[in-house]
Amino acid sequence: MASPVRSPGQVAAPGQGGVGDSPLRPDGTLKVAGEFAYASDLWMDGMLWGATLRSPHPRALITSIDVGPALAVPGVRAVLTHEDVPGRKTFGIDRTEDQPVLAVDQVRHEGEPVALVAADHPETARRAMELIAVGYEVLAPITDPRAVLADPEGLKVQERGGITRHQPVRVGDVAAARAAADVVVSGEYEVGIQDQAFLGPESGLAVPAEDGGLDLYVSTQWIHNDLKQIAPCLGLAEDQIHMTLAGVGGAFGGREDLSMQIHAGMLALHTGRPVKMSYNRYESFFGHVHRHPAQMRYEYGATADGKLLYADVEIVLDGGAYTSSTMNVTGNAASLGVGPYEIPNIKIDAYGVYTNNPPCGAMRGFGAVQACFAYESMMDRLAAACGLDPVEIRRRNAVTQGSRLATGQVIDSPAPLAEMLTRLEAMPLPPPLDPSDLRNLPGGVAQTTHGEGVVRGVGYGVGIKNICFSEGFDDYSTARVRLEVIGGEATALVHTAAAEVGQGLVTVKAQIARTELGVQRVTIAPADDRVGDAGSSSASRQSYMTGGAVKAACEAVRAELLALAARRLGGRWAAADLAVVGGKIVSRADGVLGTIEEVLGDEVVEETREYHHRPTTALDPVTGQGSSHTQLALCVHRAVVDVDVDLGLVKVVEMAAVQDVGKIINRTGVEGQIHGGSAQGLGLAVMEEIVVSDGLVRNPSFTDYLIPTILDMPPMRLDILENPDPAAPYGLRGAGEPPTLSSTPAIVAAIRDATGKALNRVPVRPEHIVRGAPWTA
Amino acid sequence: MDFLRPATWADALAAKAERPGALPLQGGTDVMVEINFDVHRPEALLDLTRVRELAGWDTVDGDTGGGRLRVGAGVTYTRLIEELGGRLPGLAQASRTVGSPQIRNRGTAGGNLGAASPAGDAHPPLLAGGAEVEAESAARGVRMIPAADFFTGVKRNALEPDELIRAFWTPPASGPQYFSKIGTRNAMVIAVCSFAVALHPGERRVGTGLGSAAPTPRRAAAAEEFASAELDWDGRGPLGEAAARRFGELAAEAASPIDDVRGTGDYRRHALAVLARRTLTWAWNDHRNAGRRAS
Repeated sequence: MASPVRSPGQVAAPGQGGVGDSPLRPDGTLKVAGEFAYASDLWMDGMLWGATLRSPHPRALITSIDVGPALAVPGVRAVLTHEDVPGRKTFGIDRTEDQPVLAVDQVRHEGEPVALVAADHPETARRAMELIAVGYEVLAPITDPRAVLADPEGLKVQERGGITRHQPVRVGDVAAARAAADVVVSGEYEVGIQDQAFLGPESGLAVPAEDGGLDLYVSTQWIHNDLKQIAPCLGLAEDQIHMTLAGVGGAFGGREDLSMQIHAGMLALHTGRPVKMSYNRYESFFGHVHRHPAQMRYEYGATADGKLLYADVEIVLDGGAYTSSTMNVTGNAASLGVGPYEIPNIKIDAYGVYTNNPPCGAMRGFGAVQACFAYESMMDRLAAACGLDPVEIRRRNAVTQGSRLATGQVIDSPAPLAEMLTRLEAMPLPPPLDPSDLRNLPGGVAQTTHGEGVVRGVGYGVGIKNICFSEGFDDYSTARVRLEVIGGEATALVHTAAAEVGQGLVTVKAQIARTELGVQRVTIAPADDRVGDAGSSSASRQSYMTGGAVKAACEAVRAELLALAARRLGGRWAAADLAVVGGKIVSRADGVLGTIEEVLGDEVVEETREYHHRPTTALDPVTGQGSSHTQLALCVHRAVVDVDVDLGLVKVVEMAAVQDVGKIINRTGVEGQIHGGSAQGLGLAVMEEIVVSDGLVRNPSFTDYLIPTILDMPPMRLDILENPDPAAPYGLRGAGEPPTLSSTPAIVAAIRDATGKALNRVPVRPEHIVRGAPWTA
Repeated sequence: MDFLRPATWADALAAKAERPGALPLQGGTDVMVEINFDVHRPEALLDLTRVRELAGWDTVDGDTGGGRLRVGAGVTYTRLIEELGGRLPGLAQASRTVGSPQIRNRGTAGGNLGAASPAGDAHPPLLAGGAEVEAESAARGVRMIPAADFFTGVKRNALEPDELIRAFWTPPASGPQYFSKIGTRNAMVIAVCSFAVALHPGERRVGTGLGSAAPTPRRAAAAEEFASAELDWDGRGPLGEAAARRFGELAAEAASPIDDVRGTGDYRRHALAVLARRTLTWAWNDHRNAGRRAS
């Protein structure tokens, strides 16, 4: 009697640790126990230590460089300047090669690399570095981005002018809408410079190869893009350099630009010795780009019942001296400048400008964070002006599937913002303050209050972030998957160049392989350039893109395995009727036919696949119209704060969040992303800022650049939705960035609720609460 | 850089006499940070962690002691909290705000005094409690330096080049003590400003200490005088709102704060007034409640 047709899961149990499960991450225990090898732990016998001499000035002409005294120090093996750069003298991340490997005739920001030293001992290298005599003719730094905007030809940090990119967005007729509006509100907002503050400093090891090439071990976010920039500067072909990912201690965008890669390569090629470079914390603050500071002017008009009629917006982003990611950050600020709201008439002008302030580029949220603080502040202002609840005003204007963004792009997958807000609002509020434990109070155990002056506030924030690369970029990832029997057990080897930066991609890749191939044992090969480009670990894109590539490669391997099974099992079953479940080859009609091991035998099945997401289009340079994003993700936050209104100190009591991730691949991982993103947003709201005056960084240390501790970051309530995006692998939505957007405005709104202060700038400092102007609608 | 490791107090004093440029090292939570940041490179480090005499504390009676506590320079913040929290509550509260648990396990009040940072957390409660620093040299022996005279400038103290800190002496609390510190996050933060208050009911006196609000930690003498005279020591009557405010204003006037990356001078002055008002109120209310319970 023929068996009824069953689903594969009914005839063989799926294995554990697949998609939707939360297996432990392989690096987790090592990291918690302090045993994980980070790039700063790299070591090789006989290696030299590199050091970088950096400019003390934000803007100066270099009149002379004398390396003689440094070279004379015993133990010094090389002292190099721009004259020693073997190839192209400049590099840059986004095909704009305007950043000198080493300063040539001028320096454009504090901390710009000027010369390199390699020595037997790091202390020797540092001492020698101090002996390099650089003559500077100091110039007045250009530090006011609005002044640059007013006079882009006069205040030029770069030859091409003062403006990196101007991206307008024009929809409808703002002037007519203004005349028709019942309610008009406006505000000016400012975002300070946030730092990625990753704990593992920039580090790597360059080893000269016997063939004249180079082996590089570096903590980076994007191996192949590094290679494209490194090779021409070192005068090598790309295939002469082999690059392997070293242990990465956090990234958040700060490792997209090169740091020590070319420098260590130059020193290694010059000396013929392995060279290690590892920045200390102070140097790290100068060794990578930061989040763009922003100055923003917003005006909104609405009907009396709170329906938005128009938005008139200007966003100025200070990119510092070099282009880095400013083009794309500016594009994001423009396309997402008014957030996930339906507004029929829009005028946005987003500018990226060059100054002599610290260089800025990619950081989690990438241009969407700055705008989100402004547009959410505006929504609260509008709510007050219309006499509406902050949640209600957002619901009335919320986008949904089918809505148009400012760019005219139609949202073609679920975007249930109104429902998310309703769910968020319905979550229970935390209990009232219990002042019996100092740790519950603003100020914590520093005991600034026993409850006096403490006022509770509640605020909401909404954010929308593009996932994957936008504006027409051909974004793809590559995966190679190999299936073979090792020690009697079917084993999948997954090889990609995608950077594990702490986000948990190695776990996700293994989960996908288990699900697609039905095996238990998965090995993740080290990320290197011996497989195709994976793209960057940024834009919340790796689960989507490299996940998609691993899935595609696994599907190809599986097809081959099933074809093999069809042949080896005597031709009774067609490959199309077979499936792999829980390590077994299964026929829908006849149940388990055999194990993968039996079918594979000595055969090795290996496939490589590229995965490209749906193409996007550029933004029109005049109207800002275009379907520039392949996926959009929403997160909403509610923050509850206790503020000591007399001292201006804040305790965030609770954050609640609703985020739609399409499909939960790994719940622990997604929760970690939402917690971490919210914490980073909390940091921007109340403490994290690189303070700059006259182009000089005043707090390059973790003593004075503060990031939240466990006593600052409250417990969270999470509601994670799974409305699938049909275009994405498993329907997933990138999850890493959205919570970084909405947490900041939610917290600031809560502080405004408690204090009645305007607070138009983040991070909010105690003196802003104590001395700041009142909030008025 | 030489690394000197004396095993006894006598050896330590001899080493310091011979190498006055040697920088004393206890937990290293300050010294090592400065070395890592290359702020300065001392000619030698004088590691005092093996000197057992510094690692203990005792109550000293008799003419010199008068029941005071003598706390060795090597006693860690963690031990100040756990072993002396009942007798030195202000110092224990301040110790609790120092760094992380790991830092408190290593760092010492002796090291805090040696570094003499205006932001040192131990200093305000030592000032408010009337502590003295026991300094010793091989050549001249022991001298006692009142905490109020110990801090001579930004990161400078009254020690001679050949002197080491042996201990600090302070009476156990005879009344309520509070320490309060402003930071821009809720843990592991350097003081934007801080304030300590100690009631000495036997002497009908209020002690104070300001931190991070002047080139040195200092007392707020006018505030002390005002509160000492104002408080109803006999009747334990309530502290009026106006008096508490006045105390706060006088405490703030004692400060000469600067604008820096951690906060503005204006905010520091404002915050000190609030902290002084609140801490005196807490202390006085505790005192009144203690009296009520006793009667």
